[in-house]
Amino acid sequence: MAKEKYKSRTEILQGTLDLLILQTLEWGPRHGYALSKAIRTNSGEILRVDTGSLYPALHRLERAGWIAAEWKASEAGPRLRVYQLTKKGKQQLRREVSRWERITEAVAGVLRPVSKEVEP
Amino acid sequence: MNWRWLRPKRRNEELREEVEVHLLLAEKEEREAGKGAEDARHAARREFGNVAMAEETTRDHWGMRWLDDFRQDLRGGLRMLRRSPGFTALAVLCLTLGIGANAAVFSAMEGVLFRPYPMVAHQERLMALAGTARGESGPNGLSWPDFQDLQRNSTLTDGMFVSKIMGSTLNLGNRAETLPGSIVSANYFDVIGVRPMLGRGFASGEDVGSNAHPVVVISYELWQRMFKGDPAIVGKTQRLNGVMHTIIGVAPEGFRGTFVGWAMEFWVPASMEETFDAGGYKLEDRDARWVESFARLKPGVTRQQAQQEVSAIAARLAATYPETNRGRGMELWALWQTPFNHAGSLLPTLELMLAVALFVLLIACANVGNLLLVRSFGRRHEMSVRAALGAGRGRLLRQMLTEGLILAGLASGGALLVAFWSRHALVLLFPASAGVAMYLPGEVDWRVLAACAAVSVFSTLLLGLFPAVQASKIDVAAALKMEMAGVVGGGRGKAWARAGLVIVQVSLSFLLLVGTGLVVKSLLRLRGIDPGFSTKNVLVTSLALTDASNDTAGAKNFDDELLRRVRALPGVESAALARLAPLGVKSYSSSVIAVDGYVAPPDEQETVEYNEVSPEYFRTMGIPLTAGQEFVAEDDENAALVAVVNETLAEKYWKGRDPIGQRMQVKGRWMTVVGVAKNSKYENVREPAKAFFYVPLRQNFEVSATLHIRSSADVRALSAEVGREVKALNPDLAPYELISMEEVVARATASQQAAVKMLAALGGLALLLAAVGLYAVMAYAVSQSARELGLRMALGAGQYDLLRLVMVRGVTLTAVGVAVGAAVAFGLTRLLGDLLYRVSPSDPAAFGLAFVAMMVTAVAACFLPAWRAMRADPMRTLRSGD
Repeated sequence: MAKEKYKSRTEILQGTLDLLILQTLEWGPRHGYALSKAIRTNSGEILRVDTGSLYPALHRLERAGWIAAEWKASEAGPRLRVYQLTKKGKQQLRREVSRWERITEAVAGVLRPVSKEVEP
Repeated sequence: MNWRWLRPKRRNEELREEVEVHLLLAEKEEREAGKGAEDARHAARREFGNVAMAEETTRDHWGMRWLDDFRQDLRGGLRMLRRSPGFTALAVLCLTLGIGANAAVFSAMEGVLFRPYPMVAHQERLMALAGTARGESGPNGLSWPDFQDLQRNSTLTDGMFVSKIMGSTLNLGNRAETLPGSIVSANYFDVIGVRPMLGRGFASGEDVGSNAHPVVVISYELWQRMFKGDPAIVGKTQRLNGVMHTIIGVAPEGFRGTFVGWAMEFWVPASMEETFDAGGYKLEDRDARWVESFARLKPGVTRQQAQQEVSAIAARLAATYPETNRGRGMELWALWQTPFNHAGSLLPTLELMLAVALFVLLIACANVGNLLLVRSFGRRHEMSVRAALGAGRGRLLRQMLTEGLILAGLASGGALLVAFWSRHALVLLFPASAGVAMYLPGEVDWRVLAACAAVSVFSTLLLGLFPAVQASKIDVAAALKMEMAGVVGGGRGKAWARAGLVIVQVSLSFLLLVGTGLVVKSLLRLRGIDPGFSTKNVLVTSLALTDASNDTAGAKNFDDELLRRVRALPGVESAALARLAPLGVKSYSSSVIAVDGYVAPPDEQETVEYNEVSPEYFRTMGIPLTAGQEFVAEDDENAALVAVVNETLAEKYWKGRDPIGQRMQVKGRWMTVVGVAKNSKYENVREPAKAFFYVPLRQNFEVSATLHIRSSADVRALSAEVGREVKALNPDLAPYELISMEEVVARATASQQAAVKMLAALGGLALLLAAVGLYAVMAYAVSQSARELGLRMALGAGQYDLLRLVMVRGVTLTAVGVAVGAAVAFGLTRLLGDLLYRVSPSDPAAFGLAFVAMMVTAVAACFLPAWRAMRADPMRTLRSGD
């Protein structure tokens, strides 16, 4: 079963991981595991963050100053590193979203041309 | 917030913690989804992907990775070195010797050649100033008036001063001690920027007049030693060379004057010149060239520019004063080439030392490189695993270099200690002369540190290079497979690298051995030169007789009485006085001479040196007269002036005619030639035959003289007796050490002796290092081919076949090294230049001996490994090989 999931999962498009992380954090602070789970759930189990690239991405975003991290104690068990969107991160999110929309529109345009001019 | 970026350790821990929590949570969820514990953990892991890789990539985002890696390498390297202390000690020792030899030579060059004068300002712009004369090979001094004119007219220098070495006997109570001092111009302390710590320096005008200003500045050391640091010393008087001087100042601690070779103990102004320097009052004599001087160029002025100006001034002087300055010039010399102190003569020795030290370093590096290479076999597995886990090639390289850096770093620490401890060792290479110990302090300053650091980096690169290149060539899959099979394969390239290192070592050692052989042979040849006087049974000692009496008559009486007493001593055949003994450091009197019927070529004035000698001189020295006779007691100040010339002078000026009874003009006085002496060596044993003559001491009186004694008595006993006679005549006077002419000749070959000592020491060291290298290679080869040897033995090879197999391999390596070394030696040995005397740079005996020494060493180094190979138990090696 696990194997099937593995096969069917869609590789996250290059460059969209940052957008997904920032957008997910927009809805509230989360730790790494919750973040990856949220992305999976919200995408209807289609988008699976390769966790091996999740943490590098988180640290990259932290370095860029778009997210901030803080250690928080969990109810039962080990402390968790919780990430939160910063002000700069919110601006960055808006930029990423608009970029993404432009791209998807463009791609959609290519797939379903609206203009009839092209017809012979 | 950013503080955390700077703490890689903490950050890594946090990352690991974060990842662990992630795995934990994932595992928990999988378990809740109904999986077994083990399955859940695996699933979580799989989900996460390559944990190590994630960590590594995450770390990459923190820009400080190189630092992180470096710390890790440093820790790893230190751990590795701690784990094999024997290897580390050997490697660090080898490198310490190599780098230490260099650091010591650097410090000597710094202290002797480049910054020779502690506390003197702007030495980088300081140059030595000497006179030249057409028709004469070497440089000589300037005259005081010429120096004054030069100083007045020079625009490109911002300071010129005179500093002429001389000696004096210092009398303190009933003790007499000989001290080196300097005759200086009055501006001396001002120009060099040294302030006396007590009292004052010389005032302008104190260098004018005949014995007009008997004042002296003494060294800090002399003040402490002889005057017990008397705080009220300034204003007190001290007798120097028979003249009462007022002590006007004490130089600061650490200032040792401006002479390479000896530490100066006192300074007197030039006006006192006639008290300390032979030849009377010379401050107004343009023909007396005694001044040794220095010029400091203005900032930005090159030597060429300054030389042009100096030459132009010299040419003007030659035009204005043709009778004294015709054909004379002036020349600026870099401090390390100063012709009138020991810098010039030390330069070739130090250059040779530097070359040899570099060789030793290369040998040491080859040796340690070899050891590292051996170890890198043992670490191939580690390297392969790391490469498989994704460590970059550059990362592995860096690790290797870091280890090299640790070794080189440790070694340079040791090397600086070596340099510091041996900073006074240079002087040990040189025999003492005239009873005064030479002073050649090394200097360990920032420039030496920098040079040492450069050498360390250089050796690090050399060291890291071999194993690193090997490591970077690692083929992960192949290496892992091979490691698992337990076979040390892929050895061809490595074996060659190691063989190459051994060859480098052998060839460099061979080169040093050849050099040593050549210099030793030169020394023997030099020792074999006939100096033209007898060395056996002739003893000399100099006396500063100035102190015997203030007046010339008193000194003459002292001389007569001393000779009478010495001649009466048991075992003494004859005794004589002369101003100078041959082959000493002081210069002879010299004069332009004229001879009836001889016309000098235009623009040439031959200056000929001469010695002032007493009756019995030639008999005492064993210099045969080919015609005429030697001076007798009747040749005194009331008799007609006479001279004895040597064969070369007679041949040059009288061309086969009998010179006896002919006249020659010396310093404006006509003398009659009464004898012709055979040529002998005057200043050094290597000089070609040159014109020279002798005049009676009585007719050209000099108060300071050297006593020459012909005696078969024991030197030590005689020395005590002569000392007693001198004391009896004047309790304040002590003779210098009494030495045989044999000793004088030996001392005259000091630079060859120094080279022999140094080459022998370093050559031996190189040979030892090469032996260690060879041994390591052979021992390793034997241990690695145990299986092969066992097989051979099982297939019927005898023990001695195996012994031969190993020996032949070692000897072959050595032979290749020797061949390479010989080829290089043919090209390089001629660089020994002046150190070689009548020995061909490709002297077969030197090459042959070096070959034998190398081969014997090689056989010895290979024997133990070969013996081990022979004793191998085939059953065991074959079994354990599986």
